[in-house]
Amino acid sequence: MPGVSSARAERLVNLVLCLLSTRQFLPAERIRQIVPGYADARGDDAFFRMFERDKNELRELGVPLETGRRSSFDTVDGYRIARQDYELGDIDLEPDEAAAVALAARLWDSPELAAPAHSALVKLRAAGVEVDEDQGRVQPRVRTTEPAFAPLLAAVRAARAVSFEHRRGGPGGVMQRRTVEPWGVVSWRGRWYLVGHDRDRDAPRSFRVSRISEVVTPIGPAGAVTVPADVDLMAMVRHNVDPPAGTGTARVWVADGRAHGLRRLARAVGRYTHGGRPGDELELDLRNVDTVARWLAGHGPDVAVLGPESLAAAVRANWAAAAAAHAPHEVDADGRFPVSDDHVVVRPDRAGTGP
Amino acid sequence: MSTGGVTERLPRLLSLVPYLLARPGIPVAEAAADFGVSERQLRRDLELLWMCGLPGYGPGDLVDLSFSGDSVTVTHDAGMRRPLRLTTAEATALLVALRTLADVPGVVDTAAVQQATAKIEHAVGDAGLVGVAVDLSREEAATTAAVREALAASRALRIVYYTAGRDAVSQRTIDPMRLLIVEGRGYLEAWCRRAEAVRMFRLDRVEEVEVLDEPAAPPPEAEPTDVSEGLFRPSAEHRFAVLLLEREARWVAEYYPVDDVVELDGGRARVLLRYADPAWLVRLVMGLGGGARLLEPPELVDAIGSRAREALAAAGGHGDRDAVGQSGR
Repeated sequence: MPGVSSARAERLVNLVLCLLSTRQFLPAERIRQIVPGYADARGDDAFFRMFERDKNELRELGVPLETGRRSSFDTVDGYRIARQDYELGDIDLEPDEAAAVALAARLWDSPELAAPAHSALVKLRAAGVEVDEDQGRVQPRVRTTEPAFAPLLAAVRAARAVSFEHRRGGPGGVMQRRTVEPWGVVSWRGRWYLVGHDRDRDAPRSFRVSRISEVVTPIGPAGAVTVPADVDLMAMVRHNVDPPAGTGTARVWVADGRAHGLRRLARAVGRYTHGGRPGDELELDLRNVDTVARWLAGHGPDVAVLGPESLAAAVRANWAAAAAAHAPHEVDADGRFPVSDDHVVVRPDRAGTGP
Repeated sequence: MSTGGVTERLPRLLSLVPYLLARPGIPVAEAAADFGVSERQLRRDLELLWMCGLPGYGPGDLVDLSFSGDSVTVTHDAGMRRPLRLTTAEATALLVALRTLADVPGVVDTAAVQQATAKIEHAVGDAGLVGVAVDLSREEAATTAAVREALAASRALRIVYYTAGRDAVSQRTIDPMRLLIVEGRGYLEAWCRRAEAVRMFRLDRVEEVEVLDEPAAPPPEAEPTDVSEGLFRPSAEHRFAVLLLEREARWVAEYYPVDDVVELDGGRARVLLRYADPAWLVRLVMGLGGGARLLEPPELVDAIGSRAREALAAAGGHGDRDAVGQSGR
């Protein structure tokens, strides 16, 4: 004897086949007579409850169940499934494309996304796509997703406002509650951002998803969020994360054998000697003076700015500040005393008085 | 039932007939593996489908299967020729994953990812992506295609690699093991013959690649790295620095491995930072200018101070532009 759930699964498959094979809308009573399984229902109430549950089950699975009447003389609704709406369209993937799809399906480590990705793969296989999973060679399923990603994506899809705790300024930063009307999620340089209208600030904002707590609470009804027609999600994140490109070129001297990281970002112009030390002259895109000054200042006397003067001044300022903050005789006078092997207590009234 | 309820089983039942139609005579075990269920469960599913069919439910109306040894063939499909279209959730999960892969150049062939994305978007129709944007402007480097080729053909590689921690490039011969994506970046895990250890190489730091004729042969002791907690693993080689970060340098605590963050007034924080190479720490703090003050270890506090003064002297003090460089070209 098949169990209850087997009987129900069998009835649902038969219901799908029945509704796929009919062109006319079939009223519930007719379905009750045709599809095996419904005959077991004791009484009308039991049947309609059963049928209602089955319809919901099919709709939740994405079966496009149509409701309508055969003619204006009909007094009750009937049901059918249009084959062209039910069936997955033709899809023909080359082996390398199918391999990419198999990898993509294994990308997620959160169940909210891993389960639908897997069931999508099952359907693609059923559509005749050969998907070989090269499990050993490529391993994508490693911390690709942040815990808040799946609920935020769901909120974007549902056009529903959300409330969450957002950590300002990274680990240890202050947690702040934000209510946001989500417009979209954006992947930029391998990192995910939520973009939307921040109700607390009453302005568009982007948030790094990794700084959003796992608990994302829906606020208000679904469908309440309207994305402005002219919004460019990618541009919003790019503008926030990366300064505008190409504001100039820096010329830099780098001592031989030094600053390899800098050389990777630069173009070699020619040989150049600075302060008697042989080296190379490099050209570097100057998008943001502060960022480039930070890269350069780290290398100390192994680099020198040849131009522009604004960059040279910024680098000198970094060195002057670093020298002042790490002056040999001010260390103990600056309120620093060790209390254990790896902890240090700084007296708030004296600390941080450097430039 | 051991394998979930109807909600889990029904999609499989609806996919099974078209799946088998496309693969006449497939071994039951192979089909079970593709659906991620046991062979026993798949046989139960087939038995159930055998009871299903079109109204009339006569011999010509039911799903018909023929078994030959351990393999199975559909002989009558009862109108279940194609799988159900993807739901919005399924299409989203797959398409977002594909775009994420495309955003991490190197691990997969980006052109293939983009073609697959276009074909799936076409097939799913209106269930496509809304509200997800992925930057696809990053070009794939020629080096990463060679890395994939070597991995597929199990060949050793000679690479020129940039190590950020030491700010140096080096040449190594490596035996590729696998490719990974960790926190949005592509890595090659390989046996490094020079270090005689398993190493992770960030793909965007591989500067040159030469695929060697000799086979990749990682020794038996080359164990894959456990990356379930991320790439950075505390090790006995690491030393600790205590760093005082001003508000504008707070990003350091997110970007680098810190063990302990203590909030101070004015948005400042004191952090315990792990480091392996003292020269790296000196570069970091000196680059941050006044944004960070090293409190421990004392010898590096002195090193930063003296190196910054040396740099200022070499640059000719404050604003003396004529002293900056004499052309020797």
